[in-house]
Amino acid sequence: MGDKRLVSGNYAAAFGSLRARVQFVAAYPITPQTFIVEHISEFVNNGEMDAEFMRVESEHSAMSACVSAEAAGARSFTATASQGLALMHEILAIPAPMRLPIVMPVVNRTVAAPIGIWAEYNDVMPQRDLGWIMMFVEENQEVFDMIIQGYKIAEDKRVLLPFMPNLDAFILSHTYEPVDFLTQEEVDSFLPPYKAEHAHLWPDDPMAVGVFTPPEYIQEYRYQTEQAMQAAKKVIKEVNDEFARRFGRDYHGLTEEFMTDDAEAILITLGTVTSTARKVVMDMRKEGKKVGLVKLRFLRPFPKDELRKIAEKVDAIGVYDKSVSFSAGGPAFVEVRNVLYGMDKPVIGYLAGLGGRDVMYSDIKLMFERTLEAAKTGKAEKEIVWIGTRGVQP
Amino acid sequence: MTTIHDLPKEDLFTSGHTACPGCGAAILARNMMKVLGKNTVIYNPACCLLVFGGTYPHLSWKVPYHHVAFENTAVCAAGIKRGLKSIGKGDALVVGMAGDGGTADIGMQALSGAAERNEDILYIMYDNEAYMNTGIQRSGSTPYGAWTTTTPAGKVIKGKELFKKDMPQIMMAHGVPYVATASIAYPNDLLTKLEKAKKIRGFRYLQIYATCPTGWRAAPEKTVEIAKKAVETGMWTIYEYENGKMKINIKPKLDENKNLSVPIKEYLMMQGRFRHITDEQISLLQNWVNEKWKRDLAIEKALQ
Repeated sequence: MGDKRLVSGNYAAAFGSLRARVQFVAAYPITPQTFIVEHISEFVNNGEMDAEFMRVESEHSAMSACVSAEAAGARSFTATASQGLALMHEILAIPAPMRLPIVMPVVNRTVAAPIGIWAEYNDVMPQRDLGWIMMFVEENQEVFDMIIQGYKIAEDKRVLLPFMPNLDAFILSHTYEPVDFLTQEEVDSFLPPYKAEHAHLWPDDPMAVGVFTPPEYIQEYRYQTEQAMQAAKKVIKEVNDEFARRFGRDYHGLTEEFMTDDAEAILITLGTVTSTARKVVMDMRKEGKKVGLVKLRFLRPFPKDELRKIAEKVDAIGVYDKSVSFSAGGPAFVEVRNVLYGMDKPVIGYLAGLGGRDVMYSDIKLMFERTLEAAKTGKAEKEIVWIGTRGVQP
Repeated sequence: MTTIHDLPKEDLFTSGHTACPGCGAAILARNMMKVLGKNTVIYNPACCLLVFGGTYPHLSWKVPYHHVAFENTAVCAAGIKRGLKSIGKGDALVVGMAGDGGTADIGMQALSGAAERNEDILYIMYDNEAYMNTGIQRSGSTPYGAWTTTTPAGKVIKGKELFKKDMPQIMMAHGVPYVATASIAYPNDLLTKLEKAKKIRGFRYLQIYATCPTGWRAAPEKTVEIAKKAVETGMWTIYEYENGKMKINIKPKLDENKNLSVPIKEYLMMQGRFRHITDEQISLLQNWVNEKWKRDLAIEKALQ
């Protein structure tokens, strides 16, 4: 591989947009995403990136401009975080039914109140139902790779949905790791140019993209978006496998399993916590404890079949969440328990690291120990466990 | 100068749309498209024009047409233009066409941003002086004293208590290449301005007075007459700002002291939305109009 450098997660995202030959960028700065916008500004001003770059006055306008540029037929890119994502919410609902394959990395940061800038998923979780493909990365290499794979998946004719890779604030965005950027030739041979045959705003072939629509037709839009999301499951795996074959990095698709085959208890994680959890699994295995790990890479489409298959092998399942759906539990926990309905296995939801609080090795070990207990007794003592909360016993 | 006799027969905003009788915005859309031509892309926010211009699977527009949301007309038009440019189709004219609420109120931020960046788009505000599509609610562009469903003629407060926001002046303050006001009652002036705006590069802003008989509680056949009276009384000033210079194109009837001479009462009495208005309110509004006219003249003089 030709181009390996030590970079931040934000640089990996920005350089991903360059390697993907993005044609249009609209962006607005917000901590901790700012470096993405700054790096793209440098690429454009240094003549390294041939894209129209619109320095807009808000995230709402950033997403609006991306929708319209993509509707005009340009491969479009933006990035945001937290309040910026919340401000975009209205426009996030637009690209999926219009079938516009925008790629937007989100640097996950807590949403006020109280105002903070560290990692929490309460920015992204409220955006789950808008038709975006949503996935969570663990390391900076995966950030870059999922921008490239993201366009390939999103632009596939069977999919045509917007794509959102999520990376943890600071833990990835501002942390330097070695990343192999592939050469431009390698990326070009993997990712062909975008051809907007199905939706475009070209005077030589007039078409309406976004028309006032009565109830007689809207329900079919919803059904087609659902079908596209289901079809994405297969495409994600295909693209992963081609990427692995070509460049030697295999992320295994919707989920990645670690030591699950003979496990009694597993923990399901999103994002960077996965790395710590992997280490905990290795250490507990040395103590003879049969634990395993599932990295939930994609939240949309939700890997129902994969999770049920994994759950069949084990006796109890723990799910880690970095945000709360108040009175219901963590969103990932709620969704995992939902797809495991009828399997009669204890499922425990763990809440930790909210607002960017460090999730410690010992916190994760506690999650595994609790889940192992449930595996032995066949039931969960406590269904939702708050870990590391001042004044609260886990 | 472009006149109505120069327009092509072919309509690019066709009949079959569902505008109310006497709709000023519909008159504008039809004639505007005859000037702008086929190499045009139209963006509409949520507004009357979005709804009466077509409900799926019908559409009156014969050019590429796009809608995303309400408050982002200027940035969406700019996104289309830059997207087209990035794929080698940048010669198309991109038009964002919004109502007064979508421009002066909720669309203001995106509009100001696009103007500051001097995006290469034509922004057209059709000014019918209220949120007509949602059922006649007041906007920043609604005149003082007017009845709307959110400024009702109550026992204590009668109509809107605030004056019309001066959007063209706000756009002039952005220093964009072209700002103009026009009216459906003066088609040759309007069409000439559209022709000119079509050719200028950079950000262009047109605000066009468009009578709304339904929302103004007026007779549909009086659409043009009302629009004419607005100019004659000074309720609406027709001018253009180009390369830093301003020119009032159509002057109202003035007295020997260059003051307005047709009382606004003649304009107000043509419309049910002012039915409740008191003499005191008329005099307050007349004073405001007189002052605005003097200000417009002074700015014209300063920017010669």
